[in-house]
Amino acid sequence: MTEAEIRDEILDILSEIAPDEDLSELDDNKSFREQMELDSMDFLDIVMELRKRHRVQIPEGEYGNLASMASTVAYLEPKMREIVKA
Amino acid sequence: MSGLAAGIRLALYDQRVCILEKHYTIGGLNSFYRAAGRNFDVGLHALTNYTEKGAKRGPLAKLLRQLRFRWDDFQLAPQIGSTIAFPDATLKFNNDINFLRSEIARQFPNQKDQFEMLMSRLIDYDDLKQEDFEISTREVLAQIFTEPLLIEMLLCPLMWYGNARENDMDFGQFCIMFRSIFLEGFARPYKGVRLILKHLVRRFRSLGGELRLRSGVEKIHVEDGRAVGVVLENGEQIQANRILSSVGAIETMRLCDDTTRLEVAHAGQLSFIESISVLNCQPREIDFDRTIVFFNDSDKFHWKKPQHDLCDIRTGVICSPNNYAYSPKEGNLEEGFIRLTTLADHDAWSQLPEARYQAEKMRWYDESVASAVRFMPDFRRHVVQTDVFTPKTIRRFTFHDNGAVYGATKKQLDGTTHLSNLFLCGTDQGFVGIVGAIVSGLSMANQHCLRP
Repeated sequence: MTEAEIRDEILDILSEIAPDEDLSELDDNKSFREQMELDSMDFLDIVMELRKRHRVQIPEGEYGNLASMASTVAYLEPKMREIVKA
Repeated sequence: MSGLAAGIRLALYDQRVCILEKHYTIGGLNSFYRAAGRNFDVGLHALTNYTEKGAKRGPLAKLLRQLRFRWDDFQLAPQIGSTIAFPDATLKFNNDINFLRSEIARQFPNQKDQFEMLMSRLIDYDDLKQEDFEISTREVLAQIFTEPLLIEMLLCPLMWYGNARENDMDFGQFCIMFRSIFLEGFARPYKGVRLILKHLVRRFRSLGGELRLRSGVEKIHVEDGRAVGVVLENGEQIQANRILSSVGAIETMRLCDDTTRLEVAHAGQLSFIESISVLNCQPREIDFDRTIVFFNDSDKFHWKKPQHDLCDIRTGVICSPNNYAYSPKEGNLEEGFIRLTTLADHDAWSQLPEARYQAEKMRWYDESVASAVRFMPDFRRHVVQTDVFTPKTIRRFTFHDNGAVYGATKKQLDGTTHLSNLFLCGTDQGFVGIVGAIVSGLSMANQHCLRP
């Protein structure tokens, strides 16, 4: 997956977690917490969805990399590079 | 409710989940029934923790995200306005805390700053720890306020809607209730609680979850310090890796077949009698526009099991499901309803022979309504049908010892038990009400069953 594809995938997960949220205005450099009030329970959802969909494992100590869209994509790129987008 | 929420979370991530419900219907106390062609909501008068569409913070927003519902799915209509009515003072409130602020400034001008001080002392939902949880609320309030009447008036609705302890309240519970009622607020779906239940069940089943009704658990089988499964009342055995129990802390311990380990917890004592009166008019036509009235007929609020009688009607809660701001499309409920709750003694009600029981239900309907109409317009000549449920009914629906509506007095915030794979959810984990039950279920599922 390219960085753009990973970004789309994260957006898809976010829209599933928060169906009422308008994600078109999401600022990639601002934290999800700040923009969407996501808390640790919601970050668990992002982690679990990635595992369910792509078997990507994210150890608990590395959840901090999921703070914003930019940091998430940068963190996931090496882990998801080999995955072929369905 | 908490079980369904936990079940949805686990099924969402492909765990095999089976929910066992003892009753022939779902929802425990947050349920409904049909009688004489009418639907009656039992349990909650209102959903607490109401926040408006678009709000990202608070338990309602959290549970919508966690269960992946849209705000519109619950079709919540906010309250019109509620009242705390004492003989010498009345405080009105709605879903905007500034209105309560102005009411306190009007009735208790010298307590304005004290009220702000209390607001700054409230613990956030996420910061509740077991050790701070059990501080005495009465001690905290006595340090802040110099007007005892205001203390009683603030405690009255918060104790009524979620305090398992007699006389005093855990400060953690007080903070939860203060936030959920005064800072967030009351709402109700036009179609009642059953709408929310229907959504939860549908979601659970669509994710592959299994829900079995009339499947009471007879015991939880324990081997080598682990729960290995359950035995149902019909003898069937089901094995499980993990068990979440929403039947209450003491009730769960009793089910475990390693009973020598039984810890003595404190069963709650507080139970209620509730009547529903169906009116031949809308309550607003007889000048009753309040969503909920919490009344108390003296300056001191007594929150304990009745001492000398079947019921204690000095304090009570009056609620009209008609008095919510339903959307114009929905209109109002076709008939007028007045629900009235007062304190009752479970043991005394349970010991009555059947004929006496029926007679006492009628007597206490009359007595409690007579007590309530001191604080609202007299609706008695408009009543076309009544129904009453007692602590016996509550026990039948919840299976809580003593018919204790808010469960045991000691809450187990982390949901752990003496067994490493058995957890509590629901009332005895610490959150009450519909939103509280759901949040409890999903946080226990996340914490104990989902973390990789």
